Amino acid sequence: MKNRIAILIVIMIAVLLSACETVPQRGAESDLPTLGSETSSEGDTGASGGAEAGGPSGAESFGAPSELVEGRPVISNPLEDPESPLSQRAFYFDFDRSTIRSDDRPAIMAHGEYLVGHQNVHVTLAGYTDERGSREYNLALGEQRAKSVSDLLLLQGVGQDQINVVSYGEERPEALGHDEDSWQQNRRVVIVY
Amino acid sequence: MTKVFRILCLFLLMAPMQVVNAALTIEITQGVDGALPIAVVPFEWEGDADQLPEDVGAIIMSDLRRSGRFSPLPIEDMLSQPHSGRDIRFADWRLLGTESIVVGNMKPAGGGYAIQFQLFDVFRRTQLAGFSFRSNRANLRQTAHKISDLIYETLLGEPGAFATRIAYVTEARKGKERRYELQVADSDGLNSRRILSSDEPLLSPAWSPDGRRLAYVSFENGRSMLYAQTVESGARQQIAAYKGINGAPAWSPDGRFLAAALSKDGNPEIYIISLESQVLRRVTRNYAIDTEPAWSPDGRSIIFTSDRGGRPQIYRYDIPSGKVNRVTFEGTYNARASYSPDGRMLVMVHSENGKYQIATMELANSAMQILTDGSLDESPSFAPNGSMVIYATEDKGRGVLAEVSVDGRVRQRLSQEGQDAREPSWSPYYQ
Repeated sequence: MKNRIAILIVIMIAVLLSACETVPQRGAESDLPTLGSETSSEGDTGASGGAEAGGPSGAESFGAPSELVEGRPVISNPLEDPESPLSQRAFYFDFDRSTIRSDDRPAIMAHGEYLVGHQNVHVTLAGYTDERGSREYNLALGEQRAKSVSDLLLLQGVGQDQINVVSYGEERPEALGHDEDSWQQNRRVVIVY
Repeated sequence: MTKVFRILCLFLLMAPMQVVNAALTIEITQGVDGALPIAVVPFEWEGDADQLPEDVGAIIMSDLRRSGRFSPLPIEDMLSQPHSGRDIRFADWRLLGTESIVVGNMKPAGGGYAIQFQLFDVFRRTQLAGFSFRSNRANLRQTAHKISDLIYETLLGEPGAFATRIAYVTEARKGKERRYELQVADSDGLNSRRILSSDEPLLSPAWSPDGRRLAYVSFENGRSMLYAQTVESGARQQIAAYKGINGAPAWSPDGRFLAAALSKDGNPEIYIISLESQVLRRVTRNYAIDTEPAWSPDGRSIIFTSDRGGRPQIYRYDIPSGKVNRVTFEGTYNARASYSPDGRMLVMVHSENGKYQIATMELANSAMQILTDGSLDESPSFAPNGSMVIYATEDKGRGVLAEVSVDGRVRQRLSQEGQDAREPSWSPYYQ
């Protein structure tokens, strides 16, 4: 019974959110690429639909939204909630490294948990590097970074078919400067729902 | 300035430009002492004054200057402008310190052009070379570059590489929109033609050994895939579209295979792809990144970049034995290596102290020489005569192409207005 009400509320909110164009940006951090925030509204509908049809896993996944009810008047799709760890879509790396930083693990694992609960939701993990060094090596490095995130998700039980890994290397930089500040913003993996 | 030259200048300005894109402009950033003094007298044009298609003499003069090996006499310093050997007053040129002189003429002939030139030794008063050519409008610049090659080879004893081409990628940004183009230009950066245009990244153009095809990486389908395209016809063929990365194409010297980096088995490995059968042969087996293969000129080994030792370094795969050994030890980062045409040297991206520069390494003694002074230099490619290396660098925040002589003494920049240029690749000789 409680679940049915929750489903209704989720659907209502999803409808409201999709009617509101600016919502995707609300939760977006400044470093979140437009690619992610544009496609997230599509992902939402898929996500809430997934919860409906999700059967046993759908019931589990509702634990999170109903917890949020307590503190706040409305529950929202966790993918849209700026307070949710799922709002973090970009993860950054050290130079020439593809090791996930320890403080990023909880957020990546939250994505893993969400994906395990929503097996028909798919993500693209886009790997990027800074501009230094050769382009083809960077293409490989970007893939290794995306694979590091992918490995952590797979370890949690996310289906292989839910994850698409793509590397852009140093192409499509987020920041265009030629300094460490820009380079750090560009050494990233972005989760795109 | 003589009247003839003024007319030449005027009609050069009025000559129809067949160049599609903004041309690369060349700026010599570092010259060399001891360049040979030479005079290239403006060629006589025996056709209608308003029909001059190209100023052949000016193209030759610019080629010779760009090589850094010659110091051409400015036209305004010339006391006369002879067009054939019998009109040369050697004493005058001797006075100007000129050691060699080039004279010539061009006239319309059978729908095309007939071009003659002679090269003289000023001190000995002897002809060193003299040729006539037939050409047409489309090939006239290449004919001028061939004359430059003959002069270069006659005077320096080694072949020139002016009658060659360069391929490169440009990126134009407008807000969030991006436009990538694969371009082919003459070796002087002029006569550029767009070969491919895309909203998604293009990279790693590589010439086939006959200079007729380019292999490259295109993201047009949302991820990296390999293609080969015939330059003249534009016909293209998909070479590899496996799961993961399809990158870093390199033609075998016989043109029958492409070496490439594919990550279809989990991480980037070097493969050899048969262009006839598409059959793959896996070359490397390692958990690390293996990429950027390049063949030795004898086709017996493939060098590649690998971080199997923790940092990217150059390794060599010996094709007959299947053995792999590490080649570079100096520097914290060495990548994107390729062989010099004689097989004795490698050129690569080299880093020490956080700067990325172009360096060569002699294979015989592993001596490394840094050629450039940028901090983000990449994508080096040898001219087919081994005299110069073209590479990508950064100038005032923009990606530009530059050339440096293998001894590091002559350097010049080729820049294109409003676009980032990168990923240059120098063509082989055309037969």
